[in-house]
Amino acid sequence: MIVGRREAWTGRLLLVLLMAVTLMPFVSLFFTALHPSGSYPSGVEWPSDPQWGNFAKAFQAAQMLELVKSSTLIVLGVVPLALLLGTLAGFAIGHLRMAGRNVVFLVFVLGLTLPFEGIITPLYYQVRDMGLLNTRWAIILPLIGLYMPFAVFWMRAHFVNMPDALSESARIDGANVWQLFWRIHVPLAMPALSSLAILLFLWTWNQFLLAIVLVDDPLKRTMSGALGAFQGQWGTDMPLLCAGSLLILAPTLVIFLIFQRRFVTALLQGSLKG
Amino acid sequence: MTRPTPESAVDPDATRPGPAAVTRKRSPARSGGLRTPSWVGWLFVAPALGFYAVFVLRPIALTVQYSMYRWDGIGASTWAGLGNYVKVFTDPDLFASILNAIKLIAFFSVIPVVLGLAIASTIRRIAESRLALVARTVLFLPQVIPLVAAGIAWSWLMSSTGLVNQLLTSVGLGGVARAWLGDFSTALPAVGVIGAWVLLGLCTILLLSGMSKIDMSLYEAARMDGAGPMREFFSITVPSLRQEIGVCVTVTVIAALASFDIVYVSTQGGPGNATMVPGLEIYYLAFSERQVGMASALAVVLMLLVLLVALPIQWLTKDRSS
Repeated sequence: MIVGRREAWTGRLLLVLLMAVTLMPFVSLFFTALHPSGSYPSGVEWPSDPQWGNFAKAFQAAQMLELVKSSTLIVLGVVPLALLLGTLAGFAIGHLRMAGRNVVFLVFVLGLTLPFEGIITPLYYQVRDMGLLNTRWAIILPLIGLYMPFAVFWMRAHFVNMPDALSESARIDGANVWQLFWRIHVPLAMPALSSLAILLFLWTWNQFLLAIVLVDDPLKRTMSGALGAFQGQWGTDMPLLCAGSLLILAPTLVIFLIFQRRFVTALLQGSLKG
Repeated sequence: MTRPTPESAVDPDATRPGPAAVTRKRSPARSGGLRTPSWVGWLFVAPALGFYAVFVLRPIALTVQYSMYRWDGIGASTWAGLGNYVKVFTDPDLFASILNAIKLIAFFSVIPVVLGLAIASTIRRIAESRLALVARTVLFLPQVIPLVAAGIAWSWLMSSTGLVNQLLTSVGLGGVARAWLGDFSTALPAVGVIGAWVLLGLCTILLLSGMSKIDMSLYEAARMDGAGPMREFFSITVPSLRQEIGVCVTVTVIAALASFDIVYVSTQGGPGNATMVPGLEIYYLAFSERQVGMASALAVVLMLLVLLVALPIQWLTKDRSS
């Protein structure tokens, strides 16, 4: 099949081209990061004298360790609680099926498309009145609320497919609802839960708007928000900015490459469901 | 195979009067399939609903309330009725930000979906190859990194001495080289290109995974009937991917209308107001210019706009066969 072979080669060429375009910005960042600090390199060219020290310099300038710690604390504050609340609600709506479930589900679903900018103004005043401005709680608590539509939607989609017979036999064996939830349904929901955890981790780590509005101190922000501040401070020193950007996006990149299969599946499912 | 979408996800039991109604008659205090009292279910929902109410529903209500007042965020506020909304649609700068967001749809949605469809159907036959598996990982990178980093990297690529101009000069097009993000006529398309870069990989892979579910015998039958690749594409591929296309369009249109991170980092809305979008305008109005009422009116318009666009797409592309 000549047609088939030619198609395959066009396909391969296209794929390579597409990958090149995708990787180009990263390569450009990397090459520029190796130029002497303070210089203004043109385009993408390998420097005559690569300055690997720029990464160490940016590591210090951006206070990377503090940033990683801050982002980790925020993720630890958001993800476990959001998972728990989303699972509890999804279980009730999808499996216990109490009266009024459709109304409450619709209320959650309407929040799925909400742009965060829509509520950022009142959120600022609300967080200020709670005395949480400039603390990590200012990012953590609103994010949990903002993730509820997706978390509930996601977990309900899992629980609605769980057979009733499973729960009924557990109930006959004397399990109460709480035991039924923890001993039977949470272990069975692990695949759905881990995908959701990956998505929530990613969205939290990369959250920008809440970080720059609600927290002034870059060291108490998410990675993304800190990068915004780093750009403001070092924007004129291109090599240092590029080195800093690479360092700041390195953690997600590393985690992504380790768990890439789960990530790709989670992102695909996530966009299909959302 | 039914995939849940917001509309199809409403509980099937709700519309089925049969057995559920019988159970309810037998034990009026209990409802649901598991003979659990309703209040237990509500206890499970309560914490999620609480967070949602405090940090989402209340702020939405407050946004609507603020939008009816003139308020600087500190002093007393004065009633403005619908005045702020009138201004959103009559003030050229404010309305231009909404138009810009709509123009961005061409780059954030049309390019990734159309190009994604073309690419996915070209590489469909090698979707299982090793190269395609590597590509799956690479094409997802833009989805994983912070948008801020994408903005920084692309601002550098499109600067006056960046790679884009370097390439143009090398093919003899040095005449059109410019600071793409700093030029009034090219700034908005340049921002759009960044968005297209972020979303193209996601759309391609989403469409590709949808294509892998299409029955290959459909294509064989079409080839036997003498259909060319174009005919195949429009008669088989596109209709079968209705749902995946719907998802791509929804996700990317929302990303365009609610864009913030990329614009904030790459142009801050400039030059002039050339790349101002509603999200950024809300941020400036509320936190720099202290016009909380105006910011809120624009926020309400933005929320409604997103909902008005997202709901019809969901409805149009809903899988009616299931």
